[in-house]
Amino acid sequence: MLLKRIFPRKGKTTNVSDNNGKKDVPEGLMTKCVNCKTIYISKELEQNLNVCPNCDHHYQQNAWQRIESIFDEDTFEEWDKELLSTNPLGFPEYLEKIDKDREKTNLNEAVVTGKGLIDDLPVAFTVMDARFRMGSMGSVVGEKIARAVERAKDENIPFIVFTASGGARMQEGVLSLMQMAKISVALKRHSTAGNLMISVMTDPTTGGVSASFASQGDYNFAEPGALIGFAGRRIIEQTIREKLPADFQTAEFLLKHGQLDQVIHRHKMRETLSTILKIHDKNNRPPSRRQEAGGIK
Amino acid sequence: MNQILDFEKPIIDLRDKITELKKISTESEIDLTNEVKELEKKLNILEEDVYSNLKPWNRVQMARHQQRPTTLDYISEIFTDFIEFHGDRYYGDDEAIVSGIAFYNDEPITVIGHQRGKATKENIKRNFGMPHPEGYRKAIRHMKQAEKFDRPIVCFIDTKGAYPGKQAEERGQSEAIAYNLLEMAGLEVPIVCIVIGEGGSGGALALGVGDHIHMLENSTYSVISPEGAASILWKDPALAEKAAESMKITSYDLKEFGVIDEIIPEPKGGAHRSLEEQAKNIDKVLTASLKELNQYNVTDLLENRWLKYKRIGEFSEETL
Repeated sequence: MLLKRIFPRKGKTTNVSDNNGKKDVPEGLMTKCVNCKTIYISKELEQNLNVCPNCDHHYQQNAWQRIESIFDEDTFEEWDKELLSTNPLGFPEYLEKIDKDREKTNLNEAVVTGKGLIDDLPVAFTVMDARFRMGSMGSVVGEKIARAVERAKDENIPFIVFTASGGARMQEGVLSLMQMAKISVALKRHSTAGNLMISVMTDPTTGGVSASFASQGDYNFAEPGALIGFAGRRIIEQTIREKLPADFQTAEFLLKHGQLDQVIHRHKMRETLSTILKIHDKNNRPPSRRQEAGGIK
Repeated sequence: MNQILDFEKPIIDLRDKITELKKISTESEIDLTNEVKELEKKLNILEEDVYSNLKPWNRVQMARHQQRPTTLDYISEIFTDFIEFHGDRYYGDDEAIVSGIAFYNDEPITVIGHQRGKATKENIKRNFGMPHPEGYRKAIRHMKQAEKFDRPIVCFIDTKGAYPGKQAEERGQSEAIAYNLLEMAGLEVPIVCIVIGEGGSGGALALGVGDHIHMLENSTYSVISPEGAASILWKDPALAEKAAESMKITSYDLKEFGVIDEIIPEPKGGAHRSLEEQAKNIDKVLTASLKELNQYNVTDLLENRWLKYKRIGEFSEETL
């Protein structure tokens, strides 16, 4: 199982060298790890799910790399890829920037939603892509996620989200802020119907995204070393006038402070999710005690 | 001491002049009645001109005015028998949020709101109205109590934002806000949210997932402060005035976006000119809101809440 994950199927793999995020995989044939400075062939990193083979540093994965590494082969069907951002505030150059990122990433927006199978169990899925406007959430991101959650509710299936986002998108102002509320209401409906929601926070998950659906899972996980927090480090340092420790707002920091259920290594991700899905699988189970009692809330 | 806003300066100057003329008139027996009348007419026109043409930045200034009424001011004007309750039961009591129960139009109600101070000492006690996680946890604890005892909830929103501090992060600022959003979404009682001052981002929204959202005319509601936007956009927080313009954060903007339900008018010159009048205006809208919301059963209430948020956002949908 693990080997199958480590050596991804040919054909659909995306070239990692077109990522140009700060902490992302550098261009070129050879790569020097930003963490341990080991030099190795870039392909090797890619085949290791963007995890440094030497020090386990987790580089960002883009949306489709993530989908490839999580779902059963060729089972993922994408939803709502025709939704496009408009410019509700009339922000200069906003749509040009969106177009540029669309070209760069081949995505319509900073999130991919859809449905697939993990070890034959159906899951509604959302994965954010930090290459697209830093994964920020505007109307389209909010709408796509809310629709995915609503479909998960209608189909009575679990919802899993992988977050990677700087937070609400400034260029869409208060409409971005309100997407936090919109998704929350959708998730509440999904949850009240007795469905499972798992959140996996990846690097980075901050601001309005960490303060909404990223933290609303029945289980909240994170990848090692991921930056997770509400306010930015610089803002906090300016406010309290002291230097913050190096591990502040890392996944490990959050785990220590009781904010996460687990920090999960990427190589164990699919396996862990699969086990949790099996434990929560409603098929082949007798009616729930609540159903037996006539649906008491 | 009354804080004077820069754009009000001409009005204040003219008012001072009138007072002076009146004084001269009585003291020196020179009849200046006509001159005073003339100036008072001018003052009326000037006030009309200034206050009916407020720029977004002027409204930000109003929303932040030192003497602007706070949650506790409105509570004592609008509700009876208010009893405040403290603490989140986990860590502490956050005085940046006040919370309690009262009667409203002879019916029980739960009242919650951000609380800032007007003077420095009070502001320090209230952490300038910027809550820690325990503030939000206190709020949701009381909201769930409201649900248990089947009484509606009113939330007053008035914060620059959730406090960006070290301990706030350690204790889960994100989780606290996220939890409130999720739980408010499902509360089986009517929730009315009223922005009375600044509605600063997630820290405001954590008391803001309601069935009706209203804003005082000169309040603001935004994803980021004008200063924050300016420093991101132009690397210069001093350009906040320009940012306030482009971020569309006034009550009129939010009404146009379909985010809020009603704009609650303010007395000429802002809420701080007359707490009594402002409280009356709030009372009127709140009464109407609750009258409408009280007629829904739980299923309809929650369905409408979903539909309200579902339609917020602007995008296009076409085949690529």
